[in-house]
Amino acid sequence: MKTLVWVEHDGQVVKDATLSAVTAASKLGEVHLLVAGQGVDAVAVAAAKIAGVGKVHVADDAAFAHALAENVAPLIVELMGHHDAFVAPSTTHGKNIAPRVAALLDVMQISDILSVESDDTFTRPIYAGNAIATVQSSDAKKVITVRGTAFEKAATEGGSGEIEAVASTGDKGLSTFAGAEIAKNERPELTSAKVIVSGGRALASSDQFHALIDPLADKLGAGVGASRAAVDAGYAPNDYQVGQTGKIVAPEVYVAVGISGAIQHLAGMKDSKTIIAINKDEDAPIFQVADIGLVGDLFKIVPELTEKL
Amino acid sequence: MKVLVPVKRVLDYNVKPRVKADGTGVDLANVKMSMNPFDEIAVEEAIRLKDKGVTEIVVVSIGEQKSQETLRTALAMGADRAILVLSETKVEPLGVAKILAKIVEEEQPDLVILGKQAIDDDNNQTGQMLAGLLNWGQGTFASKVEIADGSVHVTREVDGGAETDTLKLPAIITTDLRLNEPRYASLPNIMKAKSKPMATKAPADFGVDVTPRLTTLKVVEPAKRSAGIKVADVDELVGKLKTMGVAK
Ligand SMILES: Cc1cc2nc3c(=O)[nH]c(=O)nc-3n(C[C@H](O)[C@H](O)[C@H](O)COP(=O)(O)OP(=O)(O)OC[C@H]3O[C@@H](n4cnc5c(N)ncnc54)[C@H](O)[C@@H]3O)c2cc1C
Ligand SMILES: Cc1cc2nc3c(=O)[nH]c(=O)nc-3n(C[C@H](O)[C@H](O)[C@H](O)COP(=O)(O)OP(=O)(O)OC[C@H]3O[C@@H](n4cnc5c(N)ncnc54)[C@H](O)[C@@H]3O)c2cc1C
Repeated sequence: MKTLVWVEHDGQVVKDATLSAVTAASKLGEVHLLVAGQGVDAVAVAAAKIAGVGKVHVADDAAFAHALAENVAPLIVELMGHHDAFVAPSTTHGKNIAPRVAALLDVMQISDILSVESDDTFTRPIYAGNAIATVQSSDAKKVITVRGTAFEKAATEGGSGEIEAVASTGDKGLSTFAGAEIAKNERPELTSAKVIVSGGRALASSDQFHALIDPLADKLGAGVGASRAAVDAGYAPNDYQVGQTGKIVAPEVYVAVGISGAIQHLAGMKDSKTIIAINKDEDAPIFQVADIGLVGDLFKIVPELTEKL
Repeated sequence: MKVLVPVKRVLDYNVKPRVKADGTGVDLANVKMSMNPFDEIAVEEAIRLKDKGVTEIVVVSIGEQKSQETLRTALAMGADRAILVLSETKVEPLGVAKILAKIVEEEQPDLVILGKQAIDDDNNQTGQMLAGLLNWGQGTFASKVEIADGSVHVTREVDGGAETDTLKLPAIITTDLRLNEPRYASLPNIMKAKSKPMATKAPADFGVDVTPRLTTLKVVEPAKRSAGIKVADVDELVGKLKTMGVAK
């Protein structure tokens, strides 16, 4: 099978999630990449070095500058004339583009795969990860999104892909990019952090969230996450949300501070290698999945922990 | 302006899903079912747009007979009219999108507002597929929607923050959780909803082939995590972190 992987990038570097998608795609056979954007020479060169890739198709046009699905999907459909499968990472951009491609190809997409069982059979989580379905596709071409935490990242060196320019399919005139507010975050990205410290509703204010969680994260070199309750209450930005409808993470160590452990939250972090929970309620559901639990008041525990580390 | 809102009946989000022993799926017998939470947000958004030029809200559900309860809930919240597309077999997002595309042809809405994902199958596909089939713009994962002249500004929750796109109308919007807080239907409105019109159709009425493309071979429970140990105090926790190599 010849697979086309959509490369997510920020105009400079290839995003990590793409590397997991490449690993998944390589299980299907030959891997080709698509770098679409404006002024993406550097990205194309970096993409060509990813281990195991064949061709790197490059579409450089203002119409692709912001990865608008309305413009990118027709380009992918065009390239799918000579590919058997399309693979995108399950990032917000990937999730936005892939189903549009699937509909245009008249294919039923397989979302968020956890494994490749064969050319046409995959596993994927349903019900917020409370069940794992094995599904088999009868479509001639496959459209797939890949859960990043389920696949190793492909090496960023060692490949020697052949770069090939492709003609733009143009601006479809349906949508325009009006702006973005992307949080500047000095911390490790949640989806690739080795350690994550997450805070919940119990932090009770934005000030306390940052005063308690940030220093602990600093000590551990950790990324910072949050429960939906903490995000909704404005203690943390929405980008921090871990869970069914937020980020799916699987770090080496996940520290849940004042988080009860609702199934929607667990859906986002229960594949972490070690889970540590700090909660004053010894019956909190989070303790049912925690490897190490400490029962007590976080306002006493967290500062003491930060100090002793 | 007319708005179409597709709503799906799913296992209530408070119910813990149980995988059936025979591995064919999740047990939905005798459990509480509700409107997909993202779809409640979609209905609410449509209602709020009534101050901004929306004159009619049509809700549609594709599913078994009981999906009409979900449609009644939407009518009680404030939708005007409902369409039930009866299917006793499950219809995949691609099939749902094809049926919706036909309904759009008939109803000519200016906006279709869907949930970003259904919390049962977690596919996150239908809205984008519908947009592709109709060749409309798509504002997915919306946290803010503003109707302007002939267009709509949609602020979207994306990795890293928020992005705003402007779409030409007609357009597709899919809702994220923070778009609004859905209302509860009041008792008088629940009563009133009983007499609001509801049409019943079948996929065949639309000439759409909804034969599934995916076969579910089996459904299993994920590997269970077992509860670990409890430490007595911070010192013991620090000790553990050190042995794990996380702290120096
Ligand atoms: C459709 C849908 C999708 C959702 N998606 C997500 C999602 O992606 N991510 C997510 O996180 N949630 C999600 N939720 C929400 C989820 O159901 C819970 O409401 C949320 O996770 C609760 O957050 P929390 O644990 O911070 O708050 P709570 O449940 O209020 O828990 C607070 C915890 O803090 C403890 N505590 C209080 N004070 C102290 C103290 N001084 N010291 C120590 N412990 C203390 C309490 O014992 C309690 O266990 C979703 C819900 C729905 C309906
Ligand atoms: C024979 C058969 C057996 C199946 N068995 C299983 C199984 O055991 N387990 C399993 O998990 N899946 C199964 N599926 C797949 C499942 O039925 C579909 O994937 C599902 O109906 C649609 O996916 P979704 O709701 O996650 O779509 P999403 O794309 O996540 O839905 C997004 C939005 O689209 C709208 N929408 C979606 N569906 C409808 C609808 N029916 N009516 C109105 N609006 C809608 C809503 O606004 C919703 O918020 C089976 C399918 C078939 C054909």
